[in-house]
Amino acid sequence: MNIFSYHQPTDGVSAVALKEAGPKAKYLGGGTNLVDLMRETVERPEALIDVTQLSNTIELRADGSLLVGAGVKNTALATHAVVRSQFPALSRAILAGASAQIRNVATVGGNILQRTRCRYFYDNAARCNKRRPNSGCDALEGFNRYHAILGASKSCVATHPSDMCVALVALDAVVHLQGPAGMRKLRLQDLHRLPGETPEIETELHPDELITAVEIPPLSFGYRSTYRKVRDRASYAFALVSVAAALDVNGAGEVQDVRLALGGVAHKPWRALKAEAILKGQRATADTFRAAAEAELADAIGLRDNAFKIELAKRTIVAVLEELKGENA
Amino acid sequence: MRFNINGTAVEVEADIRTSLLDLMRNYLHLTGTKKGCDQGACGACTVLVDGERINSCLALAVQYQGRNITTVEGLAANGSLHPLQKAFIEHDGFQCGYCTPGQLCSAVGMAGEIERNVPSVVTADLTSDHITLDETEIRERMSGNLCRCGAYNGIVEAISETLIEQRSMKAGERAPA
Repeated sequence: MNIFSYHQPTDGVSAVALKEAGPKAKYLGGGTNLVDLMRETVERPEALIDVTQLSNTIELRADGSLLVGAGVKNTALATHAVVRSQFPALSRAILAGASAQIRNVATVGGNILQRTRCRYFYDNAARCNKRRPNSGCDALEGFNRYHAILGASKSCVATHPSDMCVALVALDAVVHLQGPAGMRKLRLQDLHRLPGETPEIETELHPDELITAVEIPPLSFGYRSTYRKVRDRASYAFALVSVAAALDVNGAGEVQDVRLALGGVAHKPWRALKAEAILKGQRATADTFRAAAEAELADAIGLRDNAFKIELAKRTIVAVLEELKGENA
Repeated sequence: MRFNINGTAVEVEADIRTSLLDLMRNYLHLTGTKKGCDQGACGACTVLVDGERINSCLALAVQYQGRNITTVEGLAANGSLHPLQKAFIEHDGFQCGYCTPGQLCSAVGMAGEIERNVPSVVTADLTSDHITLDETEIRERMSGNLCRCGAYNGIVEAISETLIEQRSMKAGERAPA
């Protein structure tokens, strides 16, 4: 680990100013990913700007939306009474991630901006376009069981490892950003990028921008949502495939509205808009669910070790929608 | 840097890069806390910060200044082992013992989480105000602590017996006959 200076600003504006002043500075949340990457010398910041004390409250607003400070710990968000009752998919997604020790430390902002766990990204001796642009990708022909089946490129097949983000994307969450030019908002769905030719550019954040909060808009059927994670161990493992979904079935047994997102399959939390479009207005049956899953995965490409994830993703989508469809279907 | 460790105020001059784990072991010679993977995968380094369990290997000490830190050395009180320590001995909750300090601190932290109604991914009803503690819950909640000797059955028995006993005692206090 290289030497660094440590700063604890007391507000967002000074945090951004510190970041602007140090070209090799990084924002520090709970450190559960960044400290590890620094120890591996994958990340070599010269200054750490600790933002854990800046915004760590959860506010329930009059319109039913939740405003979650970026410094809120994962455990605190999963445990919040409104999240448990109105957005259970979010509680379940967070609780499906990492271990209790890590969730007690990891922040909401840090979870969003965590890096991929691709082994070749971590291994300085391997080729990785994300770590060293234009050096090549050893995952393409290597051990790629945990890699992407959707939206990948010849440059990068890494996945975004977050569970929380998959639920947040399904819930149409919006991130609040503080930058040198002021505040702006961005849909979480539009924050992470697909790799294309530049996998080293992972988000649409402007230079020095800081995530200050995540806004979760109200969702009338959010209470009918869940998260299912399929993994190699029963607990404490990254997803092979995960599904976050909310489903509203009307009195006629038709899909009134639906939210669907996938994890473990792409360079970003994958909102399944094609499947959602097919489901809306159709009868909530296993056949409809399967057709929607087929459409979403139609462009999926399997690698040496992960082609099974295409069928696994389809089956997990169907299973989760079956679980949520309820009495009306 | 100043900390409160196992009830004692300490002041340490340490390299800015020092993890909380290395602070304990290398600067304060509190070697009960173990270094296993040093990357947050094994849980051997688990300590309690203001009562909450964390992996001390991933924690930069500088971020925890002024906090109350409890290590395995701080679990026993007045010369008497913590009930979980006694139960680990009783139920063979270890073989080589290397993961045990982390297992113990983790179990103490887990007990606090259950008291605060923190759910887990296997909790069926997220809206309930009471966690029903069973083996499935314990195994899920302790999944951040690996034991390469495979003493899991003894660990689960020790935790199960201790926490269920504590809870029934507390329930008894709340509802006198």
